[in-house]
Amino acid sequence: MSQNQSLPDKSSLPPVNAEELTGLYREMLLIRRVEELAAKAYTQRKILGFCHLYIGQESVAVGAAVSTKDDYWMAAYREHGQAMAKGVSAKAMMAELFGKATGSSKGQGGSMHIFDRENKFMGGYGIVGGHVPLATGVAWAAKQRKEGRVAVCFFGDGAAHQGAFFEAMCLAQLYKLPAVFICENNFYAMGTPLHRQSALTDMSLRALGVGMVREQLEGFDVEVVRDRVAAAADFAREGNGPVLLEIVTYRHRGHSMSDPAKYRPEGELDEKKKSDPLFITLNRLKNDFGVTDETIKAIHDDVEVEAQEAWTFAHESPEPDPSTLYDYTYAPVEG
Amino acid sequence: MAMIPIREALRQAMCEEMRRDDSIFLMGEEVAHYNGAYKVSQGMLEEFGEDRIVDTPIAENGFAGLGVGAAMVGMRPIIEFMTWNFSLVAFDQVINSASKIYQMSGGQYSVPIVFRGPNGLAENLGSQHSTSVDSLYAHFPGLKVVTYATAYDAKGLLKAAIRDPNPVVFLESEMTYGIKGEVPDEEYVIPLGKADIKRPGNDVTLITWGKQLFNVEKAAEQLAAEGIDAEIVDLRSLRPLDHETVFNSVVKTGRAVVIHEGFLYAGVGAEITARIQEACFDILRAPVLRVANRDVPQPYTTNLEKLVVPNPERIVQTVRQVMER
Repeated sequence: MSQNQSLPDKSSLPPVNAEELTGLYREMLLIRRVEELAAKAYTQRKILGFCHLYIGQESVAVGAAVSTKDDYWMAAYREHGQAMAKGVSAKAMMAELFGKATGSSKGQGGSMHIFDRENKFMGGYGIVGGHVPLATGVAWAAKQRKEGRVAVCFFGDGAAHQGAFFEAMCLAQLYKLPAVFICENNFYAMGTPLHRQSALTDMSLRALGVGMVREQLEGFDVEVVRDRVAAAADFAREGNGPVLLEIVTYRHRGHSMSDPAKYRPEGELDEKKKSDPLFITLNRLKNDFGVTDETIKAIHDDVEVEAQEAWTFAHESPEPDPSTLYDYTYAPVEG
Repeated sequence: MAMIPIREALRQAMCEEMRRDDSIFLMGEEVAHYNGAYKVSQGMLEEFGEDRIVDTPIAENGFAGLGVGAAMVGMRPIIEFMTWNFSLVAFDQVINSASKIYQMSGGQYSVPIVFRGPNGLAENLGSQHSTSVDSLYAHFPGLKVVTYATAYDAKGLLKAAIRDPNPVVFLESEMTYGIKGEVPDEEYVIPLGKADIKRPGNDVTLITWGKQLFNVEKAAEQLAAEGIDAEIVDLRSLRPLDHETVFNSVVKTGRAVVIHEGFLYAGVGAEITARIQEACFDILRAPVLRVANRDVPQPYTTNLEKLVVPNPERIVQTVRQVMER
């Protein structure tokens, strides 16, 4: 039994230096700015359907990517941040949201279904918890083929009540698969706060029921996420079986663009904004690493240009040709 | 040619393909050490080992989804449902995942997977173990839905299903695993989407699939004795549908009856009937009629159960109705 087993305290990574943390800050900032522009585009009806923003949670995806760049990732429908952290360009992301042929899924997927095979970003999925078994299958394949890769699966606290999640955990532990399950606990499943969804509010404890190694951590500091995901990925990669990480975070926006999030207690958002991952990292860059305001401004200017270029690219890209309507229903049979 | 039972034809199909392609694995409840709930995978654990013949806990959503994920990165899973009734707790994985991922990803990820297991009535099992899922899965683009009646078709179609780059729902029957049929010694594959004329005839087209073929054949013999020469079209594939074979036959006979398990209401027979009238209206000499399950959940006890599913007598009576017009 592995109930008493825990992840090693030390990460295999050295502490971040100024250069790395600056890079991580830039990545988080780009995700933030692209999503802020997406919100604007949504109000102009350039982006349609559902649009779930990741604003406030960027440190989780960006920190997790450091040690898992060449691993497989799957995520839920709030996946703009994970997709970009894994390598999807701002242009391909924005074009997909705009429903254009140049989008990461050629306009077939939209906000909830970003895919990028080249970067091993295996999708955003819209059925809560439904993709967790898929990630288990990816881990199965990685293990059978001795790839040395892990499957990293992101989902929210809301997914932790789904049967699919539990079944996936059972199978992953039974077969000792190289998988890292990351429950991003942002305290709300749509409009229902954690304490009204679950008697158990430490979601990582779900792992104990299947004998899986687990850990709960706060995810507002990108370096903490970087280190603990690296420890979990190493553990899984070395053949010790899967890990469930619960990363405590907070979303600043509503569930989707149509949700004003009036269910939050007075003052909660302002309080949580003190632990905004961008704010925390900015302070660390200035205070711990002496990064100058000038450098910070240059990053902001650079990110602004990249985000605005993504908008322009998405806006100017063509819609999918109507003749392609039937191209993605069946893969062609060879021979 | 050897005479072998259907379960062995299915096993041969899987074993031959697994020897050819090591990315194929079989996963499901009791498939390995128990040798399969219906012994379809008898001996396969011994040949292929535990990494490729994989027992699962009772977690259909979990292992169906596991198969889909593995397929996305290039493995070729065969997922066995002990019966298709149990697939309903994995419906999300077959529909929302398997059938849509190629489209959602803009063609970046295909899902080469076979979901297989017995479907439909298996006698006295009550309503939760007697469902015909044909119409549920045939409804969705992105899936292929395949079934068979004979050992020859079972083997050739399963091999094609395993080789197909798309998710295939492969419908079997507990009732016919022991039925023997001729299977060639040399390798063969039957392309998906091709119907087969099991009996040529001129007076009426009987369209069916799966184990109802046996009832339809009995009915055709009785009709022949009455001077009615029926042509039997075995669809074998519900999606894609072989319109050409169906329409050619109906154009020849001018009359058609569709016979299948599963409910009449929104059943696959309704779709086929609609398509025949759309394409062959001017040629039809009588309305297209259907013989299917009575509109009730399957009762357990024998006399009531027999009333629900099609039988040769009901088929003959229905054919007589179309012949009288």
